[in-house]
Amino acid sequence: MMSSAVISGFVLGAFAPWLTRTVGERVHWLLAILPAVLFAYFAQFLPVVAAGESVRVASEWVPGLDVALSFYLDGLSLIFALLITGIGTFIVLYAGGYLHGHAQLGRFFLYLLSFMGSMLGLVLADNVITLFVFWELTSITSFLLIGFSHTAPKSRRAAMQALVVTGGGGLALLAGLLIMASVAGTSELSQILSDPEVLTSSALYVPMTILVLLGAFSKSAQFPLHFWLPNAMEAPTPVSAYLHSSTMVKAGVYLLARVSPGLGGTDFWFYALVIFGTTTMLVGGFLAMRQSDLKLVLAYTTVAALGTLTMLIGLGGDYAFKAMALFLITHAFYKGGLFMVAGSIDHGTGTRDALQLGGLARPMPVTFAVAVLLGLSMAGIIPFVGFIAKEVMYEATLHVGATALILVTAAAVLGNAFNVVAAGIVGLRPFLSAHKATPHHPHEAPPSMLIGPIALAALGLFCGVAFPITAEYVAAPVMASLNGLPVGEQGAELYLWHGIKPPLILSLVTLALGALGFAFWPQMRAGIAAILRAIGWGPDHGYDQAISGLERLAYAATRVQQTGYLRHYLMATFVVVAVFMLVTLFTMGGLPSEFRLPTVYLPEVIALALLVGGAVVATVVYSRVAAVAAIGVVGYAVALLFLIFSAPDLAFTQFRVETLTVVILVLVLMRVPLEVSAFRGRAGRLRDAVIAIAVGASISLVLLAATQGPLDLRLSEYFIENSVPVAHGHNIVNVILVDFRALDTLGEIFVVTIAGLSCFGLVRLALSRRKATRAEVPPAQRTRATETPGGDA
Amino acid sequence: MNSVILHTATRILTSLILMFSIYILYRGHNEPGGGFIGGLIAASGIILYSVAFGSSWARHGLRASGLSVAGAGLFFAALSGVLSGIHGKPFLTGLWYFPKLGIEAKVALSTPLLFDIGVYLVVVGALTTIALELEEARD
Repeated sequence: MMSSAVISGFVLGAFAPWLTRTVGERVHWLLAILPAVLFAYFAQFLPVVAAGESVRVASEWVPGLDVALSFYLDGLSLIFALLITGIGTFIVLYAGGYLHGHAQLGRFFLYLLSFMGSMLGLVLADNVITLFVFWELTSITSFLLIGFSHTAPKSRRAAMQALVVTGGGGLALLAGLLIMASVAGTSELSQILSDPEVLTSSALYVPMTILVLLGAFSKSAQFPLHFWLPNAMEAPTPVSAYLHSSTMVKAGVYLLARVSPGLGGTDFWFYALVIFGTTTMLVGGFLAMRQSDLKLVLAYTTVAALGTLTMLIGLGGDYAFKAMALFLITHAFYKGGLFMVAGSIDHGTGTRDALQLGGLARPMPVTFAVAVLLGLSMAGIIPFVGFIAKEVMYEATLHVGATALILVTAAAVLGNAFNVVAAGIVGLRPFLSAHKATPHHPHEAPPSMLIGPIALAALGLFCGVAFPITAEYVAAPVMASLNGLPVGEQGAELYLWHGIKPPLILSLVTLALGALGFAFWPQMRAGIAAILRAIGWGPDHGYDQAISGLERLAYAATRVQQTGYLRHYLMATFVVVAVFMLVTLFTMGGLPSEFRLPTVYLPEVIALALLVGGAVVATVVYSRVAAVAAIGVVGYAVALLFLIFSAPDLAFTQFRVETLTVVILVLVLMRVPLEVSAFRGRAGRLRDAVIAIAVGASISLVLLAATQGPLDLRLSEYFIENSVPVAHGHNIVNVILVDFRALDTLGEIFVVTIAGLSCFGLVRLALSRRKATRAEVPPAQRTRATETPGGDA
Repeated sequence: MNSVILHTATRILTSLILMFSIYILYRGHNEPGGGFIGGLIAASGIILYSVAFGSSWARHGLRASGLSVAGAGLFFAALSGVLSGIHGKPFLTGLWYFPKLGIEAKVALSTPLLFDIGVYLVVVGALTTIALELEEARD
């Protein structure tokens, strides 16, 4: 059932273009049924998981490699599955409104639903290979979605960049997961992580952790790999709201949380996650302040939020894990909602630049109300769940060991203050400040685009007010997954109000700082822009430099390796063959120990004479056609030998192949102009002679040595015995070709077809190119050039 | 090539060569022959025809393009492998069927035969494509 839940997204996605064509523009209401049903399906596990149980289903996939299609549902994966399907429902609806009338709406839903399936697979996967496959699928679907407006160069670049960064990290992750699996001796995560000692005490602990972190950090946009995420805002807004705030970018965080019981608890883990997480939190918040594009403000605060989550996982302990669980859902709610609000503003006014927006409260009242609710949760105001998350976060930072306490707490306060400012920029400023003229006359968003933000805002309020429910169904199960203890053994209690204590004071400081920042936002913006100009280099630019360096390297390498001359390729092949064989023969032994001339009969002498004669003629004649014919003679002589040694099938085939080769080669040579420069000089001939003799000598030596030993006839005997009873055929060669070794033959005929295709492509390409160059020269000029040969042309 | 002898001989030879190639394909399972060699023979017949009368007449006579022939061959070969899956046997396991016709001769239908026909078509198609393309490349 769980595998069908994962696969259903891909299946419905495959039919989405057809459904969109058939049903028309209201198709999103139909398509949204699937994520809604999946949400209901996963929601029924809430009581089970809250009671401390987990569900695991497995079916074989590639049993030989210990790869199973196994899924595991515990607190962490359940909350993620609910976020994916729940927000997914609203995103499908929202996308229907946002991309209303778009010509490629069906394709968009195909990508979106496939992404949903991939993401579900990723968070539910128990087998490391299954996890990796779905991990890569999310990268690929994300690539397709970012590049959805494929005619825009910017979105193509952003899509490529996201794929390179997250795909590169994915490779590191694969290596890390494989090391984990081999150290633990099983590929099932639930078993790998059951005994933390095994991984942390392994000699490979640091390498595997670094590899896993690389994967997680690239996916979750941790500094300095954060740059792809803001660029990914080129995607349509529903994609940003779904992939690049609430789900896909959290895959890295999910992974960290998932492996935390196994890899966590060490100093290395603590410092790596806390340092990178905190830096990302601050850099993201800082850069968000410079932006005025609503989506970019949200994107950079998403980077900051991902840093916060990483930091919390790194800090460890009950408070940090509780804060992580709360902040995870809080952020998904308000960020998904605010992205949709930003999209609605863009949709309604034609711009999403905060500096050009103002006074939207009157024309867009519902959006305004929703934006305020979402903004309050983002800013962490009582009684929203954002408030509780922030309180618990401060509780967590205040419980860090003495030295780091001040640093981490200060960073958290600053990071949250940035959030408050961003909440103001997106949730208040466009609506309240003085009215400004916008490209479109502002209008309220359609219901399909309102339902999502409204629901998410309501959830943010509900989870805050009904905090005991949040504690039981969200905090406790997620904490159980994070620290590997049974549900109920952690202090998952939440409080909306627990008196005037340090966290509350820090909250007030945060709000004050945030309000101050919001008031002086334009000045702060200018200041940050000046600082960034002074630095003048960023990871995004570094990415371009790395890519262009790679291109130059590849170009240089290609120029050395690929000369385009067949003779160079052949030369390289033959030299390698000869050198390897001779070196092996002389260093490892295996040279023939004796040479006995067998009795040679007249027919064999004639065949050999033909063979040698043909070879000699081929090397000495100047005419290419004559050389081809001489090589044909060599082939015929070999066929003759086959015939003499009673292999009629081989002989027949060889005769036909030789004939056809000569015909085809002559067809080619008739087109190739014979230039003087095409002939080799003395040095060239000498070089080729040396190579030819070396190849001939090495092969002769190997053959002589091979025929000295006893011939193993077991295989031949097997074929002879079984050819008639098993395969009903008396011709063993043919039976081997079409029955015993049919798979080899299938491969070979594929190669033959590809050869035909390539020849077709090459000739047609050359023809069309020649025609194109001919067409470029105007007819008048062409005739003049032919009339006066050797003229100034 | 403008030669009366070649033209006259080709007319007869091509049809003989093609018939012979099918004979070779058919008898291949028990005596020297088979799809590969049969395909080579058929290809040389077609190439002979195109050398004598020109590639456009050869194409006309072929009806289908060489690549389609090769593609059909791959399809038959792959199909013969998949058929065994219906019986729950591994890919490319040979299946045999001896229909009772009530006559003296014994007829055997089998997936290896289908496979061999696939090989035959691939070889004919690919080689014809290569030869005809190269022949036309001069224009």
